[in-house]
Amino acid sequence: MEKQAQRSGAVSQSLPVPALSATGVVKRFDSTVALDGVSVDVLEGECVALVGESGSGKTTLLRCFNALVQPDAGRVLVDGMDVSTADVIELRRHVGYVPQDGGLLPHWRVGRNVELVLRLQRANGDLATRRDDALTIVGLDPGTFRDRWPRELSGGQRQRVAIARALAAHPRLVLLDEPFGALDAISRADLQESFAALRTARAAGRMTCVLVTHDLHEAFLLADRVAVLRRGRLEQVDTPAILLTRPATSYVNELLARARVSAADLDRRLVRHGAAT
Amino acid sequence: MRARFAVLTALLAGTVSARAPAPAPVVVASKPFGESYILAEMFAQLLEARGVRVDRRPGFGATELAFRALRSGAIDVYPEYTGTGLLVLLGEPPRGSAGDVYARVAEQFPRRFGTRWLPPLGFENTYAIAIRKGTADSLRLHTLSDLARAAPGLRAGLTPDFIGRADGLPGLSRAYGMRFRDVRALLPAVKYRALDAGDIDVVDGYATDGLIERYDFRVLVDDRRFFPPYEAAALITGRLATENPAAVAALTELSGRIDVARMRRLNRRVEVERVPIPQVASEALRELSLIGGTATARTESSRAGFFGYLRATRATLLSLTLRHLLLVSASLAFAVLIGLPLGLVLERRTGGAESVIRGVGVIQTLPGIALLAFMIPLFGIGVLPALLALVLYSLYPIVRNTFTGVRDADPSAVDAARALGMTDAQILRQVRLPLAAPVIMAGIRTAAVIDVGTATLAAFIGAGGLGEPIVSGLALSDTRMILSGAIPAALLALAVDTTLAGVERFVRPGR
Repeated sequence: MEKQAQRSGAVSQSLPVPALSATGVVKRFDSTVALDGVSVDVLEGECVALVGESGSGKTTLLRCFNALVQPDAGRVLVDGMDVSTADVIELRRHVGYVPQDGGLLPHWRVGRNVELVLRLQRANGDLATRRDDALTIVGLDPGTFRDRWPRELSGGQRQRVAIARALAAHPRLVLLDEPFGALDAISRADLQESFAALRTARAAGRMTCVLVTHDLHEAFLLADRVAVLRRGRLEQVDTPAILLTRPATSYVNELLARARVSAADLDRRLVRHGAAT
Repeated sequence: MRARFAVLTALLAGTVSARAPAPAPVVVASKPFGESYILAEMFAQLLEARGVRVDRRPGFGATELAFRALRSGAIDVYPEYTGTGLLVLLGEPPRGSAGDVYARVAEQFPRRFGTRWLPPLGFENTYAIAIRKGTADSLRLHTLSDLARAAPGLRAGLTPDFIGRADGLPGLSRAYGMRFRDVRALLPAVKYRALDAGDIDVVDGYATDGLIERYDFRVLVDDRRFFPPYEAAALITGRLATENPAAVAALTELSGRIDVARMRRLNRRVEVERVPIPQVASEALRELSLIGGTATARTESSRAGFFGYLRATRATLLSLTLRHLLLVSASLAFAVLIGLPLGLVLERRTGGAESVIRGVGVIQTLPGIALLAFMIPLFGIGVLPALLALVLYSLYPIVRNTFTGVRDADPSAVDAARALGMTDAQILRQVRLPLAAPVIMAGIRTAAVIDVGTATLAAFIGAGGLGEPIVSGLALSDTRMILSGAIPAALLALAVDTTLAGVERFVRPGR
């Protein structure tokens, strides 16, 4: 544990302020320990993937960053601000969030869903334009999709709307919880590509991402660094290349082998403009 | 709460019948059987003929309801029987002659209850045990002692009242050692038909029942004089006695004027010949020279078919239907105003919600008459207690469905809404309530349909509605009358449900 904390600490020293920082975070649900002293920093503009098996604590860790989960111990900082004392409503309105099934409000049309955060922020500027821009960014024609109901969309389209909703207010931090997990292979590849392109386009805006996934290939495709969690503990946080060449533990090694992740995955990487590269 | 209901009562009363202010009319009530209706109507017409204003509230659901209403001052007079007063209301054992019983109740009631008995009307209406002539002849039954001998082979169909009362089956069993093969509880309306059809062999009735004569049953002689004397008399409030001597004088004019033969004839006119009660009452008063004028030849509906009957009574039925609709919509509105927030509050609580909702559910199981009897001392009679009872009866489906609907509203949508920065209030208003709307509406529709049925109870405490013809029809064994209340009630249930289905389409999310 100490070793890992030092490792991530070492990375952060070489780079500017961490956008996100978790230090010794512990979370218990009744008798089970979901997070057992996790420390990790995410740098501004970086995309970190949280990977691990079911029950490894990756979603719990993600939800600490927008205060959907309150840690029992440890500290979580977002932009240097302690989440436990922050105005959580205000915090959440400035953090994008994309859940696995999109989490669209079924009784609102697509356009209204995308406007959600803008309206909550009482954002200045033209609501309709910003909404349509967000739809365009995720590859949906506003004229076609604006007035549709969520139930009229395919799974992929629904995830695109969810991403548009998360990005419409131009958050500097976006949390994604298995955003492509429930899609068929083709839609997933499409969306992964769109997402990577989007990050590239936004790179100037320094959008920081935390992506929860159980798919190592996806993590390698999209993330600058990958954090491997196991039973609420962090095994390793490193770039895909280091992970592959120097796995910190036998578990990481085993996980990579089981997922048949190889050097070929490094070549397929869609992200080359992240902060860490 | 009470003030709010009082305002509503006033509104309802105002819309249904715009009443002139003061002096307060004399409220005349009855219990729900033919003879009681006739006597009450005679009281009312006689009072009116003597210049006293009258408010008719016929058909109180049971002795207990009528007497509580009298004690609370909600009604001023109703016909009662001295035997019932002694055994049921005073809770004393049977004693001596008719004169002894009258003397006892006349002395005790003012002291114990603040109510008074006027001098008896002139007839006794004791219980009568009736059997088919055929059974009587083949088993040679003439007296109750004969019946006790044959009882182990006979099936009895008795009114619930009779089965429970000390002067009913329990006492009868003791006095004669009577053990029937089978005892079934039957409503007065069906027992004679069941006896005639041979489904049962023995029924309880009243000595003056018109139907006993109609079906040609035999009444067995009470050879051990078990049944106490039941002299009919007007039972009045102490207040009427002191404040309205004119009314008391008018009512007393009937004392000693109605003998048993006359009463039986009046009952037959109503129960067998189907002559409307107001007409029978005015005929009787004219025969007794208590009111003048000649009988207005009524082209009445007494012999008309069902549709003719509906046509003849359409004005009354319309106003009863409107009253019913008012009762249902007002009680439903209050039930929603109470039930919806209650469901929401309970949903926010971590524990105890389930037991509170079950508690609300228990109300549903209370018998209507018991609930009404409990309310009369607190809220009097009429629209107020009826509304209150209806609100209590409609609460459960609304609370339950609100609770469940909001709790189970699309969890991923709720989670996303929270994660993107909606406050709890915003989530409730903009997400959970709209998503729960179909479930909540289903609860309201269930409550509404139940409410239309339950609102017939209102007739038991003089609040009107379609229960009135149903209760009277059951009491008089008049199918047309029952249907004239039941069919509009059924149509009303359909109409209310259809209307609410429209509302549901309107509130359905993503319509």
